[in-house]
Amino acid sequence: MDKLPKWADVALIPLINLILALIVSGLVVALIGQDPFEALAIMVNGAVGSTYGWGYTLFYATNFIFTGLAVAIAFHARLFNIGGEGQAQLGSLGVALVCLMVPWPHWLIALPVAILGGGLFGAAWAAIPAYLQATRGSHIVITTIMFNFIASALLVYLLVSALKAPGMAPESARFVEGSHLPTAREVLGAIGIDFARTPMNVSFIVALLACWGLWLLLWRTRLGYEIRAFGHSDKAAVYAGINPVRITMITMLISGALAGLMAINAVMGEQERLLQDNVLGAGFVGIAVALMGRSHPVGVFIAAVLFGALYQGGAELEFETSIPREMIVVIQALVILFTGALDGMVRSPLEKAFLRFRRQPDKPGVPAE
Amino acid sequence: MNYLDLIQILDSSIRLATPLLFACLAGLFSERAGVFDIGLEGKILISAFFSAAVAALTGSVWLGLLAGIASSMVFSMIHGLASITFRGDQLISGVAINFLAAGMTVLIAQDWFSQGGRTPQLSGGARFSPIELPFAEALSGVPFIGPLYADALSGHTILVYVGLLTVPLTWYVLFRTRFGLRLRAVGENPGAVDTAGVNVVRLRYAAVAICGVLCGLSGSFLATGLAASFTQNMSAGRGYIALAALIFAKWRPWYALGACLLFGLLQAISNRYSSIDLVLFEIPNAFVLALPYILTVVILAGFVGKAVPPRAGGQPYVKER
Repeated sequence: MDKLPKWADVALIPLINLILALIVSGLVVALIGQDPFEALAIMVNGAVGSTYGWGYTLFYATNFIFTGLAVAIAFHARLFNIGGEGQAQLGSLGVALVCLMVPWPHWLIALPVAILGGGLFGAAWAAIPAYLQATRGSHIVITTIMFNFIASALLVYLLVSALKAPGMAPESARFVEGSHLPTAREVLGAIGIDFARTPMNVSFIVALLACWGLWLLLWRTRLGYEIRAFGHSDKAAVYAGINPVRITMITMLISGALAGLMAINAVMGEQERLLQDNVLGAGFVGIAVALMGRSHPVGVFIAAVLFGALYQGGAELEFETSIPREMIVVIQALVILFTGALDGMVRSPLEKAFLRFRRQPDKPGVPAE
Repeated sequence: MNYLDLIQILDSSIRLATPLLFACLAGLFSERAGVFDIGLEGKILISAFFSAAVAALTGSVWLGLLAGIASSMVFSMIHGLASITFRGDQLISGVAINFLAAGMTVLIAQDWFSQGGRTPQLSGGARFSPIELPFAEALSGVPFIGPLYADALSGHTILVYVGLLTVPLTWYVLFRTRFGLRLRAVGENPGAVDTAGVNVVRLRYAAVAICGVLCGLSGSFLATGLAASFTQNMSAGRGYIALAALIFAKWRPWYALGACLLFGLLQAISNRYSSIDLVLFEIPNAFVLALPYILTVVILAGFVGKAVPPRAGGQPYVKER
């Protein structure tokens, strides 16, 4: 028997966790001598008070949707993919190679190939840790952390050697004109809506499609069922004829590909050239997003928009007050702490409360396990 | 490269290995007791900040050291609370701690010093000064051994020697005391330890507390011994390299010393040379920096001796359901 009604598990607990994280964040703001309510007002206004704010919020959210989905699908197979950062870095390499190698005539042709490139490179970077976890029992958390550092070293090396553009900065040449993705301003401007100049671009739609696709995969296909069954109990899954090596590999390949797709938004959509650090921690934000979104694509979407707003609001905060941008990192840490690690602190008293209010079942309950 | 270059590289290897060594031994205590800790990085960082900040404000490096250890302990207790008391996910708690440190240090540094997230430069009594080992002067004339002793081994700050002494101490505590036996047992089979009437929760908290102290030493050395101030994100992945060293060392203290010295050597080499010319081909600097991580993956893959973590690692202990 479930101890909690579904709505409490899906909505109430994340909400309480989020509020706790915000209260502690407010205390931190107060501690450094600022007004937390004023800070909150600046952040909300900066994030959603204008089309400029919305553009940036949804631009960041697009990154976080990809990395959040990457962590989420791995969670379903009870794998903790902490390597989103490295996979996204490799994805950016894949996207950059696609955009640099071919003189694309139009973005509609370039985008599918870039998606393929980013996805393939991201998946490839997840493949080795996945294989080692599946066949040699190497802990995937440790191997993916190591691969984050190896990825960053690889990119640093490539950007001072093979891919380096003429000039001082360690960055690649600019992508060809034909690979430019239409921004929200260009798309909405064409139908007569005035939207501020922001990096938000058509990748946002790809991210929405990815949410829908992942939902379809997880809850409407045989493979998705196998992934979830494996995550619930690997022993039962093996007994049911599910191959654990295959599921681990496929899950991590999809996860890595999703993380790699972030590059079409950040690299192809915004920077239009390959920089040394183009992921900027979005791989790690994916962890917070997946935890808060309860690993469901809809939850991931909502959490990603929330984090997008947090990032945009945090930038405004730095602009208008003396609170540094790192306030975002603190809030992010507290969200991970309260929704992820300290979940039991809220859950168990809540479970007790719900059990007390619920009528006793007719038969004496069988003790769990 | 001549002998003098080699001495200088060894000298900086030892210096660079010290923060790794403290953090690695910190992880050793925690993980041997069954509490995974990927939050070493965060604890090093918070301790580095508070050490440098308090040293800058009071002018005393010792007060800085205490503050560093205290701040690292607070983070350790958060980790303990999440992973031992509330039985949360230890890995996720570690991730949270790393972010908390990365954000809080800059936030507080900006509030206290307004120097863009750093502390003022430390000098004089606010830093650890080098110590000459006995007879260093007299022995420096002896060929071969002399310079090795006088220039590579002598002349470090006190924390370097404390770090080296912590290795035998850790070995002794873990393998020659009752506390150590119980601590290792609680990482392998907490149920058995509980049956024997030993408090599992208290043991694990003790291990996590020791981990906090050692991470505090690591961060303090980083900001007041190796560098002369706190700068944003100055731990620069050392917590993760220490984690790699821990796996490399297969959770053993003496091996940990070897692994940390090796990784320190790699850092020293990459600091000194922009690339290494091996006549036939050139090894890029980035590869040398990535080598600790690559080696760890190879070890984890079990191609060169298998690294088996403590059996109960990562699982919260539930007394009864």
